[in-house]
Amino acid sequence: MEAKALYEMLKKVQEPKGYYFSNDRERVMELLEALCLNKERYGYMACPCRLASGKRKNDEDIICPCVYRVQDVAEYGSCYCNLYVSKEWNDGKISHDYIPERRPASRMIF
Amino acid sequence: MAPVKIFSLSTCSHCKSTKKFLNDCTVQYDFVDVDLLQGEERSAILEEIKKFNPNCSFPTVIIGEKVIVGYKEKELKEALGL
Repeated sequence: MEAKALYEMLKKVQEPKGYYFSNDRERVMELLEALCLNKERYGYMACPCRLASGKRKNDEDIICPCVYRVQDVAEYGSCYCNLYVSKEWNDGKISHDYIPERRPASRMIF
Repeated sequence: MAPVKIFSLSTCSHCKSTKKFLNDCTVQYDFVDVDLLQGEERSAILEEIKKFNPNCSFPTVIIGEKVIVGYKEKELKEALGL
């Protein structure tokens, strides 16, 4: 799947849930292209901002949207990659600080 | 200027931002995209990263003695004396 098609498909599914693509369109398209690349590499869309092991069972928590997105968007207004954000983040009502890695080191099995 | 090394991923947005920032500041750096490595080469680099950043998250930037995890422009500037 191409990044543009992925954008349209995910937008329809994610926006009603309160997860918006960042309004930094260039960054979003780069991340979506990286997700397509990871799908080719690993067979699943592993988070582009984390090192995937290539073994699905070790990477399940970081298949996009990762399990950490809910907490990160609730706390910081953005997921770890700045792909999915809240409306407030896009409206500039929340400072765009770097999102610390929430994934515990114990889950990182490379 | 202290030597600059980046442990990065080829797909990571924060790694791209870090490299772009250093390019814009005309700072020279070495980098290794860990996702492009395999087998023993990858394991060896991961062991090296863990010494600086036990979480093994990216980018991990080494500037002289300083370790900066993530894309943090202010910290990069301070460490580089910019």
